[in-house]
Amino acid sequence: MLKTFPIGGIHPADNKKWSAGAAIQRFALPESVSIPLSQHIGAPAVACVAKGDKVLAGQVIATAGGFVSSNIHSSVSGTVTAVDTIVGANGLRVPAVTIKVEGDEWVEGVDLSDTLISECNLEPKAIVEKIAAAGIVGMGGATFPTQVKLSVPPGKSAEYLIINGVECEPYLTADYRLMLEKGEELLVGVRILARALGVKKSFVGVENNKPDAIARLQKLVGSATDVEIVPLKVQYPQGGEKQLIAAVTGRQVPSGALPIDTGCVVQNVGTAYAVYEAVQKNKPLVERIVTVTGSAMQKPANLLVRIGTPISSLLAHCGGLPEGGVKVIGGGPMMGRAMSNIEAPVMKGSSGVLVLRSEETLRGEEGDCIRCAKCVDACPMGLEPYLLANVSKQKMYDMAEQHFIFDCIECGCCTYTCPSNLPLLDYLRLGKAEVMKIMRARKA
Amino acid sequence: MENKMIISPAPHVHGPNKTQRLMLDVLIALVPALVVSTVVYGLRVLALTLFSVCCCLLFEWFIQRYMLRGKLTINNLSAVVTGVLLAFNLPVNIPLWMVAIGALVAIGVAKMTFGGLGKNIFNPALVGRVFMLIAFPVAMTTFPEAADAISGATPLTMAKEALKNGVPVAEVMQSVSIKDMFIGVESGSIGEISALALLLGGLYLLWRRVITWHIPVAVLGSMGIFSLITWLIAPEAYMSPLFHLMGGGAMLGAWFMATDYVTSPMTPKGSIIFGVGVGVITMLVRLWGAYPEGMSFAILIMNSVVPLLDKYILPKRFGAPAKK
Repeated sequence: MLKTFPIGGIHPADNKKWSAGAAIQRFALPESVSIPLSQHIGAPAVACVAKGDKVLAGQVIATAGGFVSSNIHSSVSGTVTAVDTIVGANGLRVPAVTIKVEGDEWVEGVDLSDTLISECNLEPKAIVEKIAAAGIVGMGGATFPTQVKLSVPPGKSAEYLIINGVECEPYLTADYRLMLEKGEELLVGVRILARALGVKKSFVGVENNKPDAIARLQKLVGSATDVEIVPLKVQYPQGGEKQLIAAVTGRQVPSGALPIDTGCVVQNVGTAYAVYEAVQKNKPLVERIVTVTGSAMQKPANLLVRIGTPISSLLAHCGGLPEGGVKVIGGGPMMGRAMSNIEAPVMKGSSGVLVLRSEETLRGEEGDCIRCAKCVDACPMGLEPYLLANVSKQKMYDMAEQHFIFDCIECGCCTYTCPSNLPLLDYLRLGKAEVMKIMRARKA
Repeated sequence: MENKMIISPAPHVHGPNKTQRLMLDVLIALVPALVVSTVVYGLRVLALTLFSVCCCLLFEWFIQRYMLRGKLTINNLSAVVTGVLLAFNLPVNIPLWMVAIGALVAIGVAKMTFGGLGKNIFNPALVGRVFMLIAFPVAMTTFPEAADAISGATPLTMAKEALKNGVPVAEVMQSVSIKDMFIGVESGSIGEISALALLLGGLYLLWRRVITWHIPVAVLGSMGIFSLITWLIAPEAYMSPLFHLMGGGAMLGAWFMATDYVTSPMTPKGSIIFGVGVGVITMLVRLWGAYPEGMSFAILIMNSVVPLLDKYILPKRFGAPAKK
């Protein structure tokens, strides 16, 4: 029996076949890049370059704007043409630094070779500092600054490091290709993270629909016992932080608590790789792997892209958008965000660009709730989505709170499974936001 | 880029579940029982079922179109399911005008008065059936002889009468055959005579994940345990568990009526309590009540408890603090 999380879950078609076979390909340098100052959860970074400045690839162009924040580096060499706002993927204006690309010159000290460096004797504190300086954030999409996650609060201690190689979102294959092609580097990254945390045991959770990645990593780990590769049942949302911890360790993060309360720290495989590059190669986070996929894309691909590259150029490289109505999604089909502006740049959290044709994604006509309880069965948090959606719709926020709406992880299982096409999660999101507001006001 | 961009919140894909498909699966699951009944009772079974379905569809359409004036949702097939289930609860030779009245009560009173699909408290087909049982007691309890059935009465009725008159179980068992009850050649309502056909349908529903195991297992399990206890205490005065599980509406009720989405609980734990309630009340009526069969009453009574079960029995929550 493969390990899995204890409650709920769904089994969407994984649709990884489109891009799974495409090896990671280095994407050409664009003519110019626009690098947003807020690519992470927390305070935006503060720009430290001005229009007309010459910058090198890997140079800091904005510094962390607080404890929960992250440095931003230039991903290219060239001239700053604007420190202004650009239109983001969701259509809203966001502050960004725009750089005209000139050549590809890197700051001093960055090792761009492929040579593997496994040895790391740095003190934990030095590792965390290096990670913070490199601007590393959670690469799975949540973009929480990694150094903050590595700073275990006083009174708590980390027992396990869990590396998230689940990639439970359908279609996406960036993490899969990374595990397959950069396994050695990845495992060095895992061990550096473990060293930084002072944990003796790390797990890498991988869904069982990637048997070759599991086999590859297991072979690389060999007889070592500090890292264990854990094959997991193919079930969404296996890669949810709380679900993954429960699947691997059997521990449930209590309602309202953090993973560290169960002695676990979870990091994405992409993050572990970025940590390797930052600590061993002095290379800050300026590029990432992006899956560009969809049944209608002519050449789905896994591209190694400089941060700030326009998404439209990735789409053009993969055959361009198909005719007719399309939805372009940043991330996967379950939790990704639909874009209104494909000129927006690739960011640190851009795990994929998914193109769905209208017939694959248009919502069906809403019917009546037939009380089939499929949403209750599917909810991985053990909530009652039908009830929460209903009370949220009617603005009965006290009732929503009594029924733990704040535990919702917004995975979308309820909406996915509803036979009446009810937009359950839409209402849950609204209700959750209101309830969180009320709870914060009460605390204050 | 001339593309029309679609924008909406996640999730961006939807699973295969569709209300219409779920209802269709229920209808597919009822086909074996319909086939057995047609073989045993003849073509009137099909005519009766078709008539009942047409009545239900007509009433639902009429009420939605001319009285509620809302969206027409007739094609979700729920009225078809109600029509088939109503017919399945009737004797084969019942006059059609009575069926029409039953359908009107089922759709008009039990379903649409509450606001239509998803809002009704009681199982519409059963409300229709119980109304007919009280309004037309003779027509509703007169069963013609099945192909090679020994008696015109259903096994449950016959056993109840005989036991009341002091006939020992052993003698009753000489005139009923559990095997016949299982296959479907004892007499009864058209849809409930074959335990085997209904079981096949139920397993199909489980396989298609239309229903979960909780309600059928709880209903049949509690009926089995209840009748096992009485049978072990006084084997000469009470029929065996097998007799009770194969007889009357046990299979139809457990697999198809009690599992009705709208009128059953939302949580697994609630479903088990609901199912046990149905099983126990059924057995109380069968053993000590005025009627030979209590499945309809049991389900309707437990239907009324569902809102309470949904309010107080919550699903197992992830990360909930351990109970002290």
